[in-house]
Amino acid sequence: MPSLNCPVCGASVEVPNDALPGELFECGDCGAQLEYFMDEKNTASLKVAEEVAEDWGQ
Amino acid sequence: MNIGLSYDVVRFEEKALLQSINNLGHKPLPIHVVAREFWINEGNGLDADFIIQRCVSYNRAAATTAIFERSGYIVVNNTQVLRNSADKLLTSCLLARKNVPTPVTAIALNRETALKAARKIGFPVVVKPISGSWGRNIARAFDEQSLLDILELRENMPNPQMKIHYIQEHVDKPERDIRAFYVWGEVPVAIYRVSKNWKTNTALGGKAQPCPVTDELADLVIKAGDAVGGGVLGVDVLESREKGMLVNEVNGVVEFRNTVLVTGYDLPTKIVEKSVEVLKR
Ligand SMILES: Nc1ncnc2c1ncn2[C@@H]1O[C@H](COP(=O)(O)OP(=O)(O)OP(=O)(O)O)[C@@H](O)[C@H]1O
Ligand SMILES: [Zn+2]
Repeated sequence: MPSLNCPVCGASVEVPNDALPGELFECGDCGAQLEYFMDEKNTASLKVAEEVAEDWGQ
Repeated sequence: MNIGLSYDVVRFEEKALLQSINNLGHKPLPIHVVAREFWINEGNGLDADFIIQRCVSYNRAAATTAIFERSGYIVVNNTQVLRNSADKLLTSCLLARKNVPTPVTAIALNRETALKAARKIGFPVVVKPISGSWGRNIARAFDEQSLLDILELRENMPNPQMKIHYIQEHVDKPERDIRAFYVWGEVPVAIYRVSKNWKTNTALGGKAQPCPVTDELADLVIKAGDAVGGGVLGVDVLESREKGMLVNEVNGVVEFRNTVLVTGYDLPTKIVEKSVEVLKR
């Protein structure tokens, strides 16, 4: 399992091998909601997850 | 088959659907819509036999479904069904046209007419945004003054759609409602959502419990699902003490995590299997 840095507090967060871009993880240290993200060079990182918007839901 | 899965956020549902696609021997093609460009005048290079739309954002779902369809792909659910279910006014009109029993509903375009309609319906009444989910901004008014207060708040909201007042009889239901699943004309599973809160949404803390799919329920849900155009839907049913089962609303990008958890029913596999069966023809 690769571990990535939390963009909020810097702690390392374990991410499973089969994680998908857009998948959400919680930082065990600071509790931030984080989104798994892949840039153009296919480098994985975590960014702060989007806030729930008005048009979210079923 | 190659089966696309259009998504923005990955939840239990998206993982489960990808897993089912794999388990059934098909090839999953995850499409993270926020991370890619879409070109209107060109194909978008997707090798998919059909695409399951799973965006949690309605606007992303609607936009990408339109583009996929424009490029010749079949999308579950299609643009029409997405709109019919996302817009409560449209849903109500379609259900009424097919004589599906629903709570008494009126639309009013200003406060005064809304008040008149509410008097005819009788208090309490429920006021809902035309589009919205998870119980957001749904209000219950027990008397004329509280209704006027709610309408004033609505009319001061920036979204002009909030000036279309959707007013409904309050259904005196047991402390629960029913969420039944419609999968291409079948009703494989249903749950109760039990809550002390009058809004029983699981997003607001309602607890899921298994609900038997009786003939009566299946019949009603099939009529409702057919009325909005079919596909894969969640149909919410209220049990009125006087009128029996009434269809409250229909959802076009369904959440089913709690359903799978409490019933053990493999709904994601049913959705993939049935979609393949219907669309391969
Ligand atoms: N007319 C009504 N009478 C009684 N209870 C109601 C009525 N309309 C809605 N409710 C309750 O409020 C909840 C939310 O209403 P509704 O399902 O219409 O909203 P929603 O925001 O579209 O929710 P969803 O997440 O299911 O899309 C319902 O699950 C039900 O428990
Ligand atoms: Zn952190």
